[in-house]
Amino acid sequence: MTSAAFNHNPDSQNDSQSNSTGYNFAYLDEQTKRMIRRCLLKAVAVPGYQVPFGGREMPLPYGWGTGGMQVTATIIGQDDVLKVIDQGADDTTNAVSIRRFFARTAGVATTESTPAASVIQTRHRIPETPLSHGQILVYQVPIPEPLRFIEPRETETRKMHALQEYGVMHVKLYEDIARFGHIATTYAYPVKVNDHYVMDPSPIPKFDNPKMHGNPALQLFGAGREKRIYAIPPFTRVESLDFEDHPFEIQGWDRTCEFCGSDHSFLDEVVTDDEGGRIFICSDTDYCNQRFETGAPQEAV
Amino acid sequence: MYVAVKGGEKAIDQAHSWLDETRRGDTSIPELSVAQIRQQMGLAVDRVMAEGSLYDPELAALALKQASGDAIEAIFLLRAYRTTLPRFLASVPMETNTMAIQRRISAAYKDLPGGQVLGPTYDYTHRLLDFTLLANGERGNSSPSTLPSTQPSDETVEDCPRVLDFLNSEGLIESPLANSGRAQSGASAESEAPADLTRQPLDYPAGRDLRLQALARGDEGFLLALAYSTQRGYGRNHPFAGEIRQGEVAVEIAPEELGFAVIVGDIQVSECDMINQFVGTETEAPRFTRGYGLAFGNSERKALAMALVDRALRARELGEEVVSPAQDEEFVLAHCDNLDSSGFVSHLKLPHYVDFQSELVLLRRLRKEFEQRKSGRRGPQADATSEPGNQDGPGTDNEQRREVKQA
Repeated sequence: MTSAAFNHNPDSQNDSQSNSTGYNFAYLDEQTKRMIRRCLLKAVAVPGYQVPFGGREMPLPYGWGTGGMQVTATIIGQDDVLKVIDQGADDTTNAVSIRRFFARTAGVATTESTPAASVIQTRHRIPETPLSHGQILVYQVPIPEPLRFIEPRETETRKMHALQEYGVMHVKLYEDIARFGHIATTYAYPVKVNDHYVMDPSPIPKFDNPKMHGNPALQLFGAGREKRIYAIPPFTRVESLDFEDHPFEIQGWDRTCEFCGSDHSFLDEVVTDDEGGRIFICSDTDYCNQRFETGAPQEAV
Repeated sequence: MYVAVKGGEKAIDQAHSWLDETRRGDTSIPELSVAQIRQQMGLAVDRVMAEGSLYDPELAALALKQASGDAIEAIFLLRAYRTTLPRFLASVPMETNTMAIQRRISAAYKDLPGGQVLGPTYDYTHRLLDFTLLANGERGNSSPSTLPSTQPSDETVEDCPRVLDFLNSEGLIESPLANSGRAQSGASAESEAPADLTRQPLDYPAGRDLRLQALARGDEGFLLALAYSTQRGYGRNHPFAGEIRQGEVAVEIAPEELGFAVIVGDIQVSECDMINQFVGTETEAPRFTRGYGLAFGNSERKALAMALVDRALRARELGEEVVSPAQDEEFVLAHCDNLDSSGFVSHLKLPHYVDFQSELVLLRRLRKEFEQRKSGRRGPQADATSEPGNQDGPGTDNEQRREVKQA
């Protein structure tokens, strides 16, 4: 977040077009960005609390990352370097599409390298490479309300958050254990932020949940269709809900990445033939490439 | 080595250029102009304007052309453009009493001041395909040249008083602003401008202004189905189409520095006043209640459906039991927008490799444990936990699982 984004004079939007699209820098007009910044500040001040915001229509469909895009458009400045991932990968279609959108409307530099990026917009993953202070991770969120599948009514869930009435969530997790022997939530695994709000970490795999805890980067969450913004400030306590006798645990694979040999990253399964052939590869393409190029596979083997 | 996950960028470019080709179709057929769509696909243009929340027939026609005629895609194009426009101010409340009437019917009275004006309607047409149109004939069937000019252009249209005002003056129906959300919503009470859900997130309970805005932008199909459901008993509210009118209305704004209102243009709208029953309470005599619908252009079906749903959503306010989907504010308002719904449904097309992989990992584990349990039961413990022992399954399962883990 550089000061560049603040330089535009909202009264002379035509002058602030720094690109060929005919739209304002990073698409959104400056009044909208100001409104979203206010919501972001509130979200950072009350970690895990879902702040309603006047979400705008974006030129991409709702459900395809419009919330994350509005947050990114609001915080990005001319000197920022943007990375966009979907499912951990830089080259999945929607990541490509969103990265191009900002390259076109904001003219900012883009990268695939996690350490080189100042703003990372993500769908469904947290990069394997640890983030550092000063970086911002922007999550695309489909359903911001962790209690939605237990109580569909917004009027009710708001009350439940206000009263920290989270018993139902524990009951749900307990029912999983009773039925399956495990907590059968593998992604969008609920967390408690700063000892208060139960929060949906967007559907990242629970594998990534521990990365949210005490992360030095600022984590911002945008839900465009549902018009909610929430945040985890740097170094905030984030706990995945669990029970003493059923502690939270993450997924593991008894395979390693086919390319880089990693035995500690989230692996995607790739079907190679119709006779049960499978290989496993890192979902984080940048991490995999880094390891591949630095010769990590040899170490691992 | 597996490389198919690469190359998204190129694939997108290729897909889009293929799309351009497909949209254009056979190039030996003349290209459709935006002006043609605007003139000859008027009802499609109107729907796009209504649900796109932007009165601009030319851009709506362009959107339809660009979207290969797909209404929701065209609405999306128009909305995404609309959202970039500055909002200067709210107009003065539109006076539909002074509408230049093209169509005005009442199902409640046989005749009334202003008369019944059928206007350009598909009603009473026999839905027989007109093959002269197929043969590029300019006009269909029984050549209407025997009729006088259809456009009553020279007739000065007299003011058309509202049907519901006749009832209102008798006290038979609630006044138009009765319980009009404004008084309830409180938050917006101090400001004159109506709420705008394109600027503020929808909040429940929504005032009537916000609700009507949401419905006016809402998906015609969804509202139509809900309206239909109220007629079939799911939140029935005994409707009469008190009045339906279509025509042009002036839009006025009153800039502060001027101190008086000026007309900025005329827009075509369809309006529906629905008359619904209400039993009354101990303190209030029984009288009719209202449902209201308004949409850009000739969107009569939409206006009718909207009026029925508006009335259904007033259930709580009027002390009716909320039992049906059409009466449930959160259900209706949260799901009536077709960009919300089509976006979220279509996002299932996006990659979900990671979440799916997470589920696979869990499912394989559960199945493995299941197999272990099964073979374990058939073995030495088979006598202890026989077949119907499923009910205490979870407890023993957990114990077994822990044992397995420790081992």
